[in-house]
Amino acid sequence: MAEKTQSAEFIPRLLPPWELLAEGHRGCQGCGEALALRQILKAAGPDTIVCSATGCMEIITSPYPETAWRIPWIHVAFENAAAVASGVEAGIKILQKHGRYREGKVNIIAIGGDGGTADIGLQALSGALERRHDFTYVCTDNEAYMNTGIQRSSATPFGASTTPSPAGKESIGQRTEKKDLPMIVAAHNLPYLATACPSYPLDLMNKTRRALSTEGPTYLHVLSPCPTGWRHPIDMAVEMGRLAVESGVFPLYEIIDGKLRLNVEMNKRRPVAEYLKPQGRFRHLGPEQIEEIQRFVNEYYDRLIYRSQCDAEAPPTPHEE
Amino acid sequence: MADGPTWKEYPMAATISEPGSATGQNTGDWRSERPVRNPEKCDKCGICWIYCPDAALFMDEEGFYEVDLYHCKGCGICARECGKDAIEMIEEGE
Repeated sequence: MAEKTQSAEFIPRLLPPWELLAEGHRGCQGCGEALALRQILKAAGPDTIVCSATGCMEIITSPYPETAWRIPWIHVAFENAAAVASGVEAGIKILQKHGRYREGKVNIIAIGGDGGTADIGLQALSGALERRHDFTYVCTDNEAYMNTGIQRSSATPFGASTTPSPAGKESIGQRTEKKDLPMIVAAHNLPYLATACPSYPLDLMNKTRRALSTEGPTYLHVLSPCPTGWRHPIDMAVEMGRLAVESGVFPLYEIIDGKLRLNVEMNKRRPVAEYLKPQGRFRHLGPEQIEEIQRFVNEYYDRLIYRSQCDAEAPPTPHEE
Repeated sequence: MADGPTWKEYPMAATISEPGSATGQNTGDWRSERPVRNPEKCDKCGICWIYCPDAALFMDEEGFYEVDLYHCKGCGICARECGKDAIEMIEEGE
């Protein structure tokens, strides 16, 4: 498993020492999203400009007049983080051309939650990807609108109880399946796309570095466990991410120049029930529904394995070494 | 609010000129349990440090990771993830 290789290579002194997301931000206790952001910014470094859509990460870091960011940061409306990031990128390009901005690469990161990416910001993201701006979009996916009180988004998985889709006598919670956002983004034919999880910090940081150093638009989909919304114990955010990956609910993969590669191909996976059980939002599910979710996950995972095998046999792309 | 600064005293477009000013916030008083490290079990691996969502751990001169109790919210991820069980959560006030 990835965990083993990780602890073998993990040397904290070799990791970037800077904390660009200052301590003292108002994230909930045990927030997986703040953890993901902290690791991403560690990898990105101080030469970074962040454009943030409305969402948890904006709320907790910038209660006026304080900010938790130690890098230039702009908050914009829910729908246009990608559009503003394109503007920042184009602006820097033209200022550099006229010699009014220092030379060298500036990392531009747009951050949106799953609501700001899959629902509200999808058109801005699509536009920015299509215009081929050189930036990285990070979607921190906690599977609902958590900052306003756990409202369902299109990235909420089947069976999850949220405030507008509560579980009860007549309802099993969210009725539809999670939108496969990384694949929608991959359809824009990006040079680099990856899914990651803060439970695997080195993997997340390596993917961030690769995304930022790749020319052109890149995308990171980061699963961010949320103790408040998923209703699991506050010390379990990292554990939940690990369970999601090991059960196949959230497979870690990269798509490089259209070729999908699974980071860990697991033929033997944990049962999905182990992932669902600690979470209060799935507490009401009966054995049949859990079996149904297991079937969804198996089908999805098999499709990914099949695609990765097909892509491995495909002729090499021009960029491939 | 009447005694506070009015909108005229705030900078234009609500910019915040001091980076990382949230550091002054005492998020440590949210805590109901605090992590306590057992130096005999700790092997300085740093897993607690990389998994802390609040960046509330820092390295001391000997290479051990110390908890910044002013910011630690007491989530307990460090205690759970520690491979050596070197961190224990102790209820505040004990």
